[in-house]
Amino acid sequence: MKLGILVNEGPYTHQASDTAYQFALAALAKGHRIYRVFFYHDGVNNATRLTEPPQDDRHIVNRWSKLAEEHGIDLVVCVAAALRRGIKDEILAKGFRISGLGQLVETGIQADRLVVFGD
Amino acid sequence: MSDLAAGGEMQEETSGKVKKFMFVNRRAPYGTVYALEALEVVLISAAFDQDISMVFLDDGVYELVKGQQTQAIDVKNFSPAYRALDGYDIEKLYVDADSLAARGLTEDNLLVPVEVLSAAQMAELMDQQDVVIGF
Repeated sequence: MKLGILVNEGPYTHQASDTAYQFALAALAKGHRIYRVFFYHDGVNNATRLTEPPQDDRHIVNRWSKLAEEHGIDLVVCVAAALRRGIKDEILAKGFRISGLGQLVETGIQADRLVVFGD
Repeated sequence: MSDLAAGGEMQEETSGKVKKFMFVNRRAPYGTVYALEALEVVLISAAFDQDISMVFLDDGVYELVKGQQTQAIDVKNFSPAYRALDGYDIEKLYVDADSLAARGLTEDNLLVPVEVLSAAQMAELMDQQDVVIGF
């Protein structure tokens, strides 16, 4: 199945990004395809390479980058939400790109399922 | 909206495919950014010629209340944008009857025409959708 993922919350404060990541891993292991992961609201904070969690904690941002690289997944950050929160091209982690909300709607159209993570 | 243009560009790639999109609004208009950013998605989605509906339930019904005044909290009152939805051909607005009643509101308190549904009717409508995004 072709899956789209929407992440609506930032890293660490909220479990949404963790769960979305675990879901993506599980889906890939089952042979599904991830069409795109779209980051909206505070979810855009998952995309900054300035993130430095303590050594003994998971690195949520790098984890997404690695997943994108290994599986060729499109990680898209909403431009309007990103600019509001100071997320810009120059601080994007590897594998992320900034684009318009149209990419979210297009994901809903193209994917067999759009799975939303957040409250 | 700053990225309306980006939405327009995508139109060609998706032409022909029409899905039922439902945007579920459950939060008060101020206090968090969800209501405003939900509205931004809805306005962009209008550029894709999809079958769009909006649902307002729980505190989300407050998003549509007339006479919002936000000067005191120094936040933009974006409620007039709901009146503009009509111009984007987004005309399917549904409000949960129990959520209105629980807050002492009626249709007369709302700034746009809506269809008031029972929880059972709302569930049925949700069941018919292809894509449901909640904010």
